[in-house]
Amino acid sequence: MKSLILHTATRLMIGIMILFSLFLFFRGHDEPGGGFIGGLVGAGAFTLYAIAFGTEATRKVLRVNPITLISIGLLSLVVSGLIPMFVAEPFLTGKWLFIEWGAVDTKLSTPLIFDIGVYLCVVGFIVTVIFSLEEE
Amino acid sequence: MLIVVALIFVIALISPWIHRLFKEKAGWVLALLPFGSFVYLISWLPHIAAGNVVKESTTWVSMAMFHVDLAFYLDGLSLMFGLIITGIGTFIVLYGSGYLAGDANLPRFYCAVLLFMGSMLGVVLADNLISIFVFWELTSFTSFILIGYSHEQENSRKAALQALLVTGIGGLAMLAGLVLMGFASGHWEVTALLNEGDIIRDHPHYVAILILVLAGAFTKSAQFPFSFWLPGAMAAPTPVSAYLHSATMVKAGVYLLARLNPVLGSTEIWLLLVGGFGLATLLISAWLSISYTDMKQILAYSTVMALGTMMMLIGLGTELAMQGLAVYILSHAMYKGALFMVAGAVDHETGTRDVLKLGGLRPLMPISFAAAGLAAISMAGIPPLYGFIAKEIVYEAALEAPLWPVFVITLAVIANIAIVAASAIVVIRPFLGKKVETPKKAHEAPLSMWVGPLTLAVLSVLFGVLPFLVDKALMVPVASSVYGAPLDFYLSLWHGINLPLILSLITLAGGILVYRIWDRLRESAPIKVYQAGFGRLPISGYEGLLNGMLNLAGFQTRVFQNGLMANYLITILATMLIAVGYTFLTRSGIIWDPSFENVLVQEWALTIGILASLGIILAFGHSRLTMVIGAGIVGFGLALIYLMHGAADLAMTQVLVETLTVILVVLVLIHVPRIKDARSTTSRVRDAVVATGAGVMMTLLILAATVAPFDAFISEFYAEASYPLAHGRNIVNVILVDFRALDTMGEVVVVAIAGLAVYALIKMKRFGSTGNSRARGAEISNTASKQEKSS
Repeated sequence: MKSLILHTATRLMIGIMILFSLFLFFRGHDEPGGGFIGGLVGAGAFTLYAIAFGTEATRKVLRVNPITLISIGLLSLVVSGLIPMFVAEPFLTGKWLFIEWGAVDTKLSTPLIFDIGVYLCVVGFIVTVIFSLEEE
Repeated sequence: MLIVVALIFVIALISPWIHRLFKEKAGWVLALLPFGSFVYLISWLPHIAAGNVVKESTTWVSMAMFHVDLAFYLDGLSLMFGLIITGIGTFIVLYGSGYLAGDANLPRFYCAVLLFMGSMLGVVLADNLISIFVFWELTSFTSFILIGYSHEQENSRKAALQALLVTGIGGLAMLAGLVLMGFASGHWEVTALLNEGDIIRDHPHYVAILILVLAGAFTKSAQFPFSFWLPGAMAAPTPVSAYLHSATMVKAGVYLLARLNPVLGSTEIWLLLVGGFGLATLLISAWLSISYTDMKQILAYSTVMALGTMMMLIGLGTELAMQGLAVYILSHAMYKGALFMVAGAVDHETGTRDVLKLGGLRPLMPISFAAAGLAAISMAGIPPLYGFIAKEIVYEAALEAPLWPVFVITLAVIANIAIVAASAIVVIRPFLGKKVETPKKAHEAPLSMWVGPLTLAVLSVLFGVLPFLVDKALMVPVASSVYGAPLDFYLSLWHGINLPLILSLITLAGGILVYRIWDRLRESAPIKVYQAGFGRLPISGYEGLLNGMLNLAGFQTRVFQNGLMANYLITILATMLIAVGYTFLTRSGIIWDPSFENVLVQEWALTIGILASLGIILAFGHSRLTMVIGAGIVGFGLALIYLMHGAADLAMTQVLVETLTVILVVLVLIHVPRIKDARSTTSRVRDAVVATGAGVMMTLLILAATVAPFDAFISEFYAEASYPLAHGRNIVNVILVDFRALDTMGEVVVVAIAGLAVYALIKMKRFGSTGNSRARGAEISNTASKQEKSS
């Protein structure tokens, strides 16, 4: 769509939107947010970009094929499920790793990997559909 | 034993590399594996002959409610089967390396045949019902791969699928039977079940268990009317036919029933079903075998006849029948394995296996002739071969049948007459007589291809002349484990002049007579009708069922998936209206008890606002865009309601999904052509009725649901457990990624597949697919609405 206002606004907003989607994603375990919501916001950012600049430009910005995102997402889900099986616990049991840095602690976990998978699948799904429809 | 089975599987998987390393010598190297297993099993022989059994158990799956042991059990019965599997397996690997020499797919043959060997060994050694089933299905699966070895030929693929479907469906029935049996007795180990026979036989589910287990055994062991898949499976290369479809896999059903005889057997229904099907199978297929001229078809039907005989003996269940079963299985494995391998060698060296196109091969293929000749004499039951001893005991057992002995022995003799003729046909026709020109210049098969048949044929002579070599060591333990109590007997060639001997002479004379008139008999009308009725009719039945299923699927796809979005909607809504409405009215009934006391002013305002704007849009807006906006208003309004009740996550999701849905729907609508609303008044009324009905029903349903008392147990659990168990304070997200992660996984997979489907559907148009764009538009918006639901 040829619109100076849309172009300028999109350039300004896309970075903020992606940052916001990551923010929503990472706070998700304790505050409203999470992989699904974060993924929707991220997908929204690329949708906006696709409307403003077309799909070809969006593909360049995204760098990877959205279908690859779906596959990596599904793979993350499976990996997060398989990890606990190596310590003889059922599929998808949450395993946690706490790293203390002093001031801030980091929590790493298989649910985090799982949530990354959800995020990537949601982004991949919506961008795939938008691209397919736009490029028809 | 676990190590032996596991080793076979491991070597099977690396066999393609072994083949690459040793080239044409790979067959000899790989044959060491079954040979080593054979030596291992035979080392147990003295132990088993002394009346002992061997047990070995490793935990496989262990969870709270579910426990499966990888338990193995070696007694006379499993030892004999194990020896047949590994012994003939050794020759088959060698034979295959000669038969398929130079074939590009030879590594795949090695891999599949060794995988099969491991699975089959698993079936006969496993002690646990579930592991028996798993190995059982693995044999069906490897058999599928092996029958379809020449996968570029359509009839191979068809035969493979046919065998897989028939044995696979039977296998599922058997699983149901085994599970019922496990629950009925509380035991999952065969060794434990052997002492629980009375409990199972008196159990109310006994008949169901029996029929289900028999369905598995009869399909696997090709009993009439399921026998058609076995002659079809002759599309496989000959080493496969000789091994799977004669010596081993098809006997799995016989093995299972022999194994379970002490548990399920010795009832009247067992005698009638197992004995009856066995008797019918042996009679029908014996005469079918001589209606063909293809050596492999003749041998295939004579194998079905042998399987029928084994079933009949199990059904009879007497001491003599058990002795007969043990001897018959061993003698059949030896002579039939040899005959199949020779038939393959003839085919391989001459280019045909039609007996009418063969003749005078004896001087050209002397070793093959010797092997085939001895094996055929054994199959015909002529002394001093082992097959004679086997047939004598079968006749003795038939004469002592607990029910209608005269009937049983008459049918057995009539069937064996045909088998004597068949033995003559497969050896005399190709090897003796005048030399006939064959498609290929015939010469003796290579060493790898004659060593197996010759060894087996010589063993038939050896065991026939010196039966004491195997009777105490193997036959007595086998018969005892099938009978369920220790037996003691010895075998000999000469019993004096008695009824079985006279019957044998009658059989022989009859067989020779049938052979002499075979050329005329084969072409005669009764045999043609017989072949059409018993040979082809079951195949037509199978194909009819298969095609019927496909047609039904095609029909319902055409009706329900016709590509018109409006039809999809009305089908879904009408089905919901009828099914849910009926259940709702009969189970709960309409409950009208709304209370408006706690509704706040802003909630009233919001609800009325949503409904009013929706009403205005529907009444005055006619373009699609306004309708999309209408749906959007409802969605955003709902998000506000969620927010008022403190469900921030839901509200956020709702807003985002609503936004993206509007964008998606608009993108779809761009491509959808304008369709004029050409509905007749009748269909308008119908649509209105369904729409109103669905709306009213949902409203009533919600009213009724909210009256029911709210059980806070689950939500309280999540609220309390969220942080201590899953280290998260956002309950919604913790439920999504941890507590109910499996559900989320399923939903995400649906999303992913929907994405791929949309991609494929839209891209397909570029490659000139059929179907109109209207249908595709419907598909896409359907997927989009699915996405909305999955949130």
